Amino acid sequence: MSPAILWLLALMVVPCVLILVLAFFQRGIYGGIEYTWTLENLALVFDPLYFKIFLKSAGIAGLSAGIACVLGYAAAYAIAAMPRRNQPLLLFFAVLPFWSNYLVRTYAWIVLLNREGLIVNLARWIGYQGELPSMLYTEQAVVIGLVYNYLPFVILSCYAPLSRLNPEITEVSRDLGASAWTTFRRVTLPMTVPGIATGFVFVFVLSIGNFVTPALLGGGQFQMIGNLVYAQFLTANDWPFGAALSMVLIAVMLGLLMAQATVAERAAGMKKDQGNG
Amino acid sequence: MAERNTFRLMLLILGVVFAFLYIPISVLVGLSFNEGGLPTAWTGFSFKWYGALLENDDILGAAANTVVVAICSTILSTFLGTFLAVGVEIRRRNGKWLETVIFAPMIIPDIVLAIALLSFFSLLGAKMGLHTIIVSHVVFNLAFVCAVVRARLKSFDWSIVEASADLGASTITTLYRVMVPVLTPAIVAGALLAFTLSVDEFIIAFFTAGAGRSSITLPMQIYAMIRFGVTPEINALASIVMTVSVICLALSQRLNKGGLSG
Repeated sequence: MSPAILWLLALMVVPCVLILVLAFFQRGIYGGIEYTWTLENLALVFDPLYFKIFLKSAGIAGLSAGIACVLGYAAAYAIAAMPRRNQPLLLFFAVLPFWSNYLVRTYAWIVLLNREGLIVNLARWIGYQGELPSMLYTEQAVVIGLVYNYLPFVILSCYAPLSRLNPEITEVSRDLGASAWTTFRRVTLPMTVPGIATGFVFVFVLSIGNFVTPALLGGGQFQMIGNLVYAQFLTANDWPFGAALSMVLIAVMLGLLMAQATVAERAAGMKKDQGNG
Repeated sequence: MAERNTFRLMLLILGVVFAFLYIPISVLVGLSFNEGGLPTAWTGFSFKWYGALLENDDILGAAANTVVVAICSTILSTFLGTFLAVGVEIRRRNGKWLETVIFAPMIIPDIVLAIALLSFFSLLGAKMGLHTIIVSHVVFNLAFVCAVVRARLKSFDWSIVEASADLGASTITTLYRVMVPVLTPAIVAGALLAFTLSVDEFIIAFFTAGAGRSSITLPMQIYAMIRFGVTPEINALASIVMTVSVICLALSQRLNKGGLSG
């Protein structure tokens, strides 16, 4: 067997299985692990107190993914509408920020949004005298941060189907009397749904488990599921509960990724049918 | 007329999106050169804050750790990932579980892998430090190297391997004299990608570093500094880190493209 496979088995598969097992053990009195089977940790995840955090995280992840999809689709559509020879360069510059460090990209928003930041100064400069609402350490700041970090991903996933779109199909629609808007809504959009679905699912999955952005831009004002997991392992020292939380998180993520794979497969099947018909 | 308006709308959308993408990082880089260090007023161009970094022992120590971690995990993952790629491409028909195990490190959420590794190391009773960060980084890095090399192998002409064998070369000779030269651009591209991912990686390093200052990496240092607010030093440090990763990844992409078309 390849040494790489052994490496992955020892340092990925075994640790992940360990987490699954850990979720069913009891927490010791002094924070250790007691090796008695229990379903308490899993039940605690669905306790309203914690389940609320799950719903909140899903809400923020959904909102971020939604905004990222609208912006990303618009950008991808605009890039695909430019002359062919300019498209690779535009795409390159759309993805370039994605290549820089995640912490740095998040920090850039602290620079913009903090009380002495550029946006506040800009407002003062324009002549706004009143008290400005705090922008950093809010839910909105977290959503902005997530959208900013993952937008290039959506641009890429939406550009792929848009650039493959046969322009003759939209021309036919226009020739048959459909308006530009109707053509977009009834022809272009349905054919590019798989790209949007991929973008949405990935942003959602990356956001719901995120703990860096809520910690930095949310400033501990509220918790997302990633922060809760983090706390169980590094401060509260309740590893079994942390493991149970991550288990549910993984289940949600896997479910979504599989749904997305199904959408992609169905779309591929549809194209084949069109090709045969 | 309508066509022209649509085109203008498209340009407007591109303008807005690119402004959204580039204003935050541009402001950050711009401020790092501001002599006064405050975002409120531009007092002149200066490298002062970059100089200040060189006198900060915490940052230098973290940077040294990061370089050690990145180089070690890159070397390990490049070897492991390349051999894995060659292995699975020679076999062609791979079981679904194998494909899943190879693909999983790329999509598994960082926080999950991080806590899994933390639990694993502590149950083993392993002392954590730079070495645990290195072996953990190899997990996802080898998957990325493998993916890059496999992509190159898809367009590989296997008949030259057969020709080499027919001409009497041993398997090892064929590997080093025939396969490695063809694969070099992809291997280097994969190594650069691994290096960048390792330099930038925060969450897994944070969880597997163990206690104490001795194994703090640059992203961990940046995270700790950011939590206390905005300072001109962080602006300078962030600008450097950003430039390094963008250059490495641009190089990696370029090599990879050249390898595929050439």
